[in-house]
Amino acid sequence: MAAEISPLTGVAPKPGISKPDPIVVADDLRRFFGGLRAVDVDHFEIQRGTITSLIGPNGAGKTTLFNLLSGFDRPQQGHWHLNGGPLVGIPAFKVARKGMVRTFQLTKSLARLTVLENMLVAAKDQTGESFWGSLFGRWRHIEEVNTAKAMQSLGSFDLAHMANEYAGSLSGGQRKLLEMARALMVEPEIVMLDEPTAGINPALTESLLRHIMRLRDEGMTVVFIEHDMDVVQEISDWVVCMSQGQIIAEGPPGYVARNKAVIDAYLGEHHGVIEDE
Amino acid sequence: MNWGILSDAIRTAVGVPAAAYALSSIGLNLQFGYTGLLNFGHVASMLVGAYGLAITVDLGGSMWLGIVMGIAAAVFLGLLIGIPTLRLRADYLAIVTIAVGEILRLVVRSSWAAPLTNGKYGIQRFANAFFALNPIPAGHYGGWDLAFDQRALWVMLVGWSLVGLTTAFVWKLTRSPWGRVIRAIREDEDAARSLGKNVFAYKLQSLMIGGAIGALAGILLAIDQQNVTPDTYIPLLTFYAFTIVILGGPGTLFGPIIGSVIFWFLFELMDGIMTGAVLKGWFGGLLDTTDIGPIRFALFGIGLMWLMAFRPQGIFGKREEMLIDGR
Repeated sequence: MAAEISPLTGVAPKPGISKPDPIVVADDLRRFFGGLRAVDVDHFEIQRGTITSLIGPNGAGKTTLFNLLSGFDRPQQGHWHLNGGPLVGIPAFKVARKGMVRTFQLTKSLARLTVLENMLVAAKDQTGESFWGSLFGRWRHIEEVNTAKAMQSLGSFDLAHMANEYAGSLSGGQRKLLEMARALMVEPEIVMLDEPTAGINPALTESLLRHIMRLRDEGMTVVFIEHDMDVVQEISDWVVCMSQGQIIAEGPPGYVARNKAVIDAYLGEHHGVIEDE
Repeated sequence: MNWGILSDAIRTAVGVPAAAYALSSIGLNLQFGYTGLLNFGHVASMLVGAYGLAITVDLGGSMWLGIVMGIAAAVFLGLLIGIPTLRLRADYLAIVTIAVGEILRLVVRSSWAAPLTNGKYGIQRFANAFFALNPIPAGHYGGWDLAFDQRALWVMLVGWSLVGLTTAFVWKLTRSPWGRVIRAIREDEDAARSLGKNVFAYKLQSLMIGGAIGALAGILLAIDQQNVTPDTYIPLLTFYAFTIVILGGPGTLFGPIIGSVIFWFLFELMDGIMTGAVLKGWFGGLLDTTDIGPIRFALFGIGLMWLMAFRPQGIFGKREEMLIDGR
C-alpha cells in the first residue's frame, strides 16, 4: 500500500544501500562485548519519513544498534550522523533533544509518577525544569499547553481515563502504550521503538500500528524492532534484517520475507521456529 | 506516672535538636526521597556548615560571613563528591559518601588541620553575635514543667523558622517541573535520559541543594551549643536523618518535620522510662543506667526494621505508592 508512494521505490534491496534522503547514516559501526561482535555494520542508512523495521533472531544486535545510535552505549569504532550532524560522543539526553527518541524493550514507565506526569516530564522547552526557572520562572502557562497536548495524546492511545493514576498501576500493555505516547511528547523527528507490540493484545496492536502509520504520514521517521512477521509485513516500508551483528539483508517487506539469507538466519539458529518474543 | 519524663520528652521534641534534625532531614529528603540518591554521608554537610561558621568567626570574620561560608562549603562539597560518583551506580554513591563523611571528620580532627580547626578540642564560643541579636527579654517562658529561658527560646524560634522557610523552598521546588524531573530520575534514570533530561546535572543540583540545607542544620546545632568538635559528626547522625526521613515518609513535604518531632519525642521518652525503671529496680540487677544508651539504640533499630516491614511509606507517604513495583 505504502509502496506506491514510497520514496524507497527503486532503491535496490542490498545490505548497506544508499537511500535518497537518509535521516540517519552510520559508518563502520563496531561494538564488541569481549570477543562477541554485537554490532558490526559497514554502512547503514535510514530513509526519512518511512517506517523501517529491524528484524533478526535473538542476539542479532538489534537492541545494541539502537543503544549505539541513541547514545545509550558507545561503540569501539565508527561514526554516525543525524540530519548530517555527527552524533559520536554525544550523550543520550542530547541525542533525544536533537530529535531522536527511543523506547526500551523492557518498558521504563516512571512508576510513582502519574500517567499525566509521565507525559508532562517528556515535554520539551518547559522553563520550569531549570532550578532558577522553577523558583522564579513563569512556567504555568507552558504547563497548561503541555497538559492539553498530553491529554489529547493519551486519548488517542486510550489512556485518558488513567491520566491521574500511577503509571505503576498500568498493565504491561498499557505501559508500552504510555512509553510510546511519552516518547512522542518530545516531538522527535525519528522515533525508535524497541518491540512496541510485545505484550499488547491484538486489538490494541492494530490501533498502535495505525498510530505508527499516521506518524509516518505526518512526516515522522519510525524505526522499530519487531519479531511478529505479520506486523512487519503490514506496516513496513523497508525491512532490515540483522544477524550476528551484521546487516544481512534489507529491502521491501515482500523481498526480505523471501530472502534466502534471512530465512537461513532464522532457520539456522532457531530450527524453523520464528518466535515472537 | 512521673510527668517529668513526659515533659522532658516534649521539651526535646519541640527543642533545638528536633528543629536541627528536621532541617537536616529536609535536605536528605530532597536527595533520597525525591531524587533517589543514597547519600550516606549527609553528616559531612553538617560538619562543613558548622566548621565553616566556627572557623570564619574564629579568624575574625562576622557571623553572617561565617554562615555564608558554611553553606558555600557544603554546596562545594556536593559538587566535589558528585562529579566523580554521580555517573556511577547508586550504591557507589553510598560507599563514597559514607567514606567522605569519615575522612572529613578525621581531617578536621588531625593535628595537621589543628591551626584552623583546633583538632579534637574543636572551636568554642563563636556564636556570641547570634545571642547578642536575641530580642527576647530575659526570663522563663511557658508553664507546667515546660519552661524555656530566653536563650533556648531564641534558638528555637530561629530554628523552627528556618524549618518553615526551608520547607516552603522545597515545596516550591518539588511541585515545579524541576521537581517532576528529579522524581522521574528517582524512578528510572535511563527513561529520563531518553526524554532529553540531563540526569547528571539534576542529581548534582539535588546533592548541592540538599547539602546546603544540611549545612544550615549543622550551623544551627553548632550555634546552640557554641561548640564544634569533630567527634560530634559521626555517621550515626546520617542514620538519625535517614530514620527520620523514613519515619515521616520519603519524598513527602512534611515527613521530615513530623518525623523529627516524633523521633526525638520517643528517643527522650524511652530514655526517661528506662532510667526510671532501672532506678526502681524493675530489671533486678540485670541492667544498669549506663546500659540504657545502647538498649535505646537497639530498640530504635528494631523500630526501624518494623517500620520498613509494615509501613515503609512512613507517616505521610501513600501506601499505594509503595505497593507499586519498581518497573
